Amino acid sequence: MFFAFLIEQLLNGLQFGVMLFLMAAGLTLVFGVMGLINLAHGSLFMLGAFFCSWIAEASGSFWIGLGGGFLAAAAAGALIEFAVIRRLYDRDHLDQVLATFALILIFSEVTRWVFGDQPLYLDIPPLLSGFLPLPGGGGYPVYRLAIIVVGLLTAYGLYLLITRTRLGMRIRAGESDREMIGALGVDIRKLYTAVFALGAALAGLAGGMVGALQSVQVGMGEPVLILAFVVIVIGGIGSVKGALVASILVGLTDTLGRIFLPQAFALVLPVAEATAAGSALASVAIYLLMAAILAWRPKGLFPVNA
Amino acid sequence: MTEPLLELQGLSKAFGAVKACDGVDLTLLPGEIHALIGPNGAGKSTLIAQVAGWLKPDAGAVHLLGEDVSHLSVAARANRGLGRSFQVSSLAGEFSALGNVLLALQGRDHGAFRFWSPLRKDTRLRAEAVAILERVGLAERATVQVSTLSHGERRLLEIALALALRPKVLLLDEPMAGLGPEGTRQLTEFLQPLKNEAAILLVEHDMDAVFALADRISVLVYGKVIASGPVEDIRRSAAVREAYLGDS
Amino acid sequence: MIERSRETLVNAVLAGLLLAAPLVATLLDEPFYVSLASRVAILALAGVGLNLALGYGGMVSFGHAAFFGLGGYVAGIAAFHAFEGSAFLSWPVTIGGSDQLLVVWLVAALVTALAALAIGAISLRTSGVYFIMITLAFAQMIYYLAISIPAYGGEDGLAIYLRNQLPLADSSDPLVFFFLCYGLLLLALFLSARIVAAPFGMALQCARMNEVRLATSGIAPYPIKLTAFVISAVITGIAGALFADLNGFVGPSMLSWHRSGEIMIFVILGGVGRLFGPLAGAALFILLESFIGGFTDRWQLLLGAVLLGVVLFARGGVMGLLAGRARHD
Repeated sequence: MFFAFLIEQLLNGLQFGVMLFLMAAGLTLVFGVMGLINLAHGSLFMLGAFFCSWIAEASGSFWIGLGGGFLAAAAAGALIEFAVIRRLYDRDHLDQVLATFALILIFSEVTRWVFGDQPLYLDIPPLLSGFLPLPGGGGYPVYRLAIIVVGLLTAYGLYLLITRTRLGMRIRAGESDREMIGALGVDIRKLYTAVFALGAALAGLAGGMVGALQSVQVGMGEPVLILAFVVIVIGGIGSVKGALVASILVGLTDTLGRIFLPQAFALVLPVAEATAAGSALASVAIYLLMAAILAWRPKGLFPVNA
Repeated sequence: MTEPLLELQGLSKAFGAVKACDGVDLTLLPGEIHALIGPNGAGKSTLIAQVAGWLKPDAGAVHLLGEDVSHLSVAARANRGLGRSFQVSSLAGEFSALGNVLLALQGRDHGAFRFWSPLRKDTRLRAEAVAILERVGLAERATVQVSTLSHGERRLLEIALALALRPKVLLLDEPMAGLGPEGTRQLTEFLQPLKNEAAILLVEHDMDAVFALADRISVLVYGKVIASGPVEDIRRSAAVREAYLGDS
Repeated sequence: MIERSRETLVNAVLAGLLLAAPLVATLLDEPFYVSLASRVAILALAGVGLNLALGYGGMVSFGHAAFFGLGGYVAGIAAFHAFEGSAFLSWPVTIGGSDQLLVVWLVAALVTALAALAIGAISLRTSGVYFIMITLAFAQMIYYLAISIPAYGGEDGLAIYLRNQLPLADSSDPLVFFFLCYGLLLLALFLSARIVAAPFGMALQCARMNEVRLATSGIAPYPIKLTAFVISAVITGIAGALFADLNGFVGPSMLSWHRSGEIMIFVILGGVGRLFGPLAGAALFILLESFIGGFTDRWQLLLGAVLLGVVLFARGGVMGLLAGRARHD
């Protein structure tokens, strides 16, 4: 029984981590290629969720909704890249933080305006609504497994994209030397827009999928955004591999911490106090993890050469 | 025999498989200018970074005034009498020339943790700062913001800042870079008598300046010192010609 | 020198306006505007703290809400125990609550200094974007800690039923409380001006412009930056204590990353590294919030647009527009 419970929690942690990876991949790519720190990435996640549930509601199909959320986030990403973000590449991080913080305010208000203050809900598609039996008893939601599969496939796809395609070659060239890529005759503006839209689309995909697990509302992107930042900082900013390792590390630490820390404290403390102390520690566990990793390796686990 | 002011013992540093610095021994005696030359990629920058304290050597030691400073920070080495200039000017760009010198003087006096009296109103330091600027011929440009100074003026200011520390050892990293013939001639004249104040380890590409100034020359190729000795010996050395002078 | 005297004039006008507003409001019997002025003074004070780290030291801290909130929680927890007559700590020594502002400020300063020392010591090992993110993460850590401690209200926060007091003056009088906030703001501005011009401040600014130069001058950058970070946090922490007493409430929202963003906005809107920038920025922010927020719920949209405009097109902020470019000689 404990074994099944452990597997369930491990899968939950993995699912959370994979979702974080979808967010973190875009952030870290955009930072690696363009040197931009984008706080509005959480808004793209939120947009993906809103469009997904809205289109799914209107069309009656989760799948059309998911595709719509993906495309809407990509389009929104391309739009803000064109209108605002590209003016920020040469600026310092402070300007980037503020301008993208301003974008969050704008996105949140506009979303509230268009979709109203009430949260939206998205149903899990019938195809994925069952449970998969776990060894040792119990079952695991197929939908969450599907998220894990999609996330891992995306990671593999990104790996292929970066190592095997012309776009990937340009991305790698852009990371190592921004001037060289201009000299290669690549239209750097189009490349940047494409990279940004790709990151946005992944955030939108994550938002759409998560929309079926939680209520879709304004502000839903920000907690995820901050965790995604924790992930890319731990992994080494600019490293997609680092983002994958760190997101799974963070997902597992957070999920397992919340379950097992209170229980661990209960071995030495009365139940009420153990629950309080355990959940307090669990809620900061990933930040402690990050502080420890950065104190040890100030540039993250997989530092990208500057 | 006189005690060297600066002594490098078996200094080694590798980046992956590349040995940027491979068992370098080198001394700098009081009152001399010791020039370090070598083709691009010979490991001069790596060597300087280890002497100044930006890089920790994999093996070997740096002795400054007889003390092993291998594990000391950049600031601590500066405080013990190591002044330096940079290949690419490295200044506090929004301050004036005077502000930059004041800052260096304050560093020398270990006075950074004073929170109350304005630094610019410290008349004693100010007078000293002006005197230093006069020495390098920048007195008239004292209040100009550094980012608007000309390239040549910045090179001079770099040297002024190194002098402000009253160093025993000066580490000059391509001071002539980008100066043009007239500027190079003036700086050469300025540096010549300076060696009596502080021994100079000079890294320089301009061979005329090197031959005019140096008392001794060491040649660095692929992280190793392949030759070291008085100017005339180096000039005549076949190995040096082949490795270095030949390709210029 | 013309530029400099123009900035002095702008500074004087800003300080004068902030002083005049609550006086006029009191004459017109509009206590709301007195507390609004207190709010401006307090948030400006928080900004003055951040400006020291961010504007002068170039340390882009995205976690100053941690110090703001910690100061607030010190005020709240002290008042809570004083009100209840219970002890904050009963072992090994008994520490009770306090309803005295001077005690609260002292403790708030100590607590924020210790927190900043720990956070700064780790964060300053990193730089650039890592520094931004790690300060943010530390603030989030304290935010979640505050939420998960039910004894002090958890998510609901903690009410301060009776405003903490002063020995001679009546701090519950809005105008008296304003004078307190205003006085502390002026004090912090004065101290900042001294620090920035002093050798320490010169070294700090050099650390922003060129750390290599600072180290080469024989001044180790790390202790300079850490000290400035701690001073900066203490000023912001005192502002947090005042803010809790002004609102009669402290909650996790004081620790949230939106708050960190807001404090940054005051500094940027006003003009980075300008002495009175945070005051100009906080005043503009509060004016936008209360007047535009008065007739539309969508004021954040406008705030976003204004902020975007300032970052993209008016980089000197309000002080840049009013007093010209910043000058160092």
